[in-house]
Amino acid sequence: MTNKKRYEAIVIGSSAGGLNALKVLFRGLHERFNIPLIIVQHISPDSENYLIQILNDIRTLQVKEADEKEQPMPGIAYLAPPNYHLLIEPDRTFTLTIDERVNYARPSIDVLFETAAEAYKDKLIGIILTGANNDGSKGLKKIKEFGGLTLVQDPESSEVESMPRAAIQATAVDQILPLDEIAAFLNSLIETQPTK
Amino acid sequence: MKKIQEEQLENQDIEIRLVVEAIYQKYGYDFRNYSQAHVKRRILNRFNLSGMKHISDMIHESVYNHKFVDQMLMDLSINVTEMFRDPNFYRALREEIIPILKTYPYLKIWHAGCASGEEVYSMAVMLHEEGLYSKTQIYATDFNPVIIKQAKDGLYPISRIKEFTVNYQKSGGKGSFSDYYTADYETAKMLDSLKKNIVFATHNLVTDSVFAEVNLVICRNVLIYFDRELQDKVIRLFVESLPSGGILCLGSKENLQFSDHYDQFNPLIPKERIYIKKYQS
Repeated sequence: MTNKKRYEAIVIGSSAGGLNALKVLFRGLHERFNIPLIIVQHISPDSENYLIQILNDIRTLQVKEADEKEQPMPGIAYLAPPNYHLLIEPDRTFTLTIDERVNYARPSIDVLFETAAEAYKDKLIGIILTGANNDGSKGLKKIKEFGGLTLVQDPESSEVESMPRAAIQATAVDQILPLDEIAAFLNSLIETQPTK
Repeated sequence: MKKIQEEQLENQDIEIRLVVEAIYQKYGYDFRNYSQAHVKRRILNRFNLSGMKHISDMIHESVYNHKFVDQMLMDLSINVTEMFRDPNFYRALREEIIPILKTYPYLKIWHAGCASGEEVYSMAVMLHEEGLYSKTQIYATDFNPVIIKQAKDGLYPISRIKEFTVNYQKSGGKGSFSDYYTADYETAKMLDSLKKNIVFATHNLVTDSVFAEVNLVICRNVLIYFDRELQDKVIRLFVESLPSGGILCLGSKENLQFSDHYDQFNPLIPKERIYIKKYQS
């Protein structure tokens, strides 16, 4: 089907309860899922990023920490390192910064989403999962403004519902899905996505 | 893509590039090769606080209003730092690099991009505890004169001391961190004896050149803000400042691997991004 849009990146923001939500998502993704995933999970500053190991063990996608200047590639999921903001440059490479916290968070979901919206414009999917604050709401709004697809985990299915609720309040989001349906929805996008 | 957003984005980016160009032409501070996404966030942040109507109004302000430019330089500086930031790095320095430095008759250290000086004092404390301070000269530099003044003053809010102390302990500190400052209700002041062998000076990594040969360069979380080209230029400065066997310490997410000058170094403690300059073969 050629009338479907081709998406070039997916950004995901999750906070409290995010580990379990990400596990469910990764288990459901098609093993040939070919859109890069870029993830901010709020995490303690001195964490060793155990999350990478856990998600890698699910074995659907290769999971790694985002390196500065790296270009996101299909089939790989990137996690923002603890205590650094992750930004996307206009040339679609990663920048890491140690700037002040945004929404009390570093990495901040808004910082990733807002820069990704400008870099990928309408080729971007933004997803807000479970969480206890309102980080990501501004960023998701911007993704919508730039024509990207916005998706929020159904607050009812969220371990902590305030972050999804804040996102839904800030933007007329395109999809509100229970956690266990998000992967299937994303899989359906790649099945119909024309290959380059 | 919605046309109107696309055009707004393009216009915004043009205006921001012109603000950056104005600061460069007028004052010589060159942010043209900094991360675009970062500079844009910082400039838009200032714009939103300023109450100005257009981003391009900041061009005029930058050229004519020195106070405004000082503010912009603070916005574009990297001011987030702490004592013994990344305690594991300082532990590695203490346990594995200090023994090498102890074999030198005299020691010169360059903290490039030292911001408000927390990591410089961390180094001074460690050198003191290891009995090296009296034979060491530290050059602590930053491009921003306001920040260098702060570093020199060595005054830090008392509210941060707890965090500093925890880091100090985790890094393998041998005494009590409270031995290194005097405090009143609001402020902790680093001891003058720690400043004795430190020269604080402005130096711009982007536009200035080598000023001394040093045994150890510490430049952490500065290169991540630069594009590849500028990173290479700065690493070249470090190559030229270090003798064979000299040591280079970068931030925990910074890497020499993709630099043109990678072949000049061997990784010494890869996890902590500590490199040693090769001996000429």
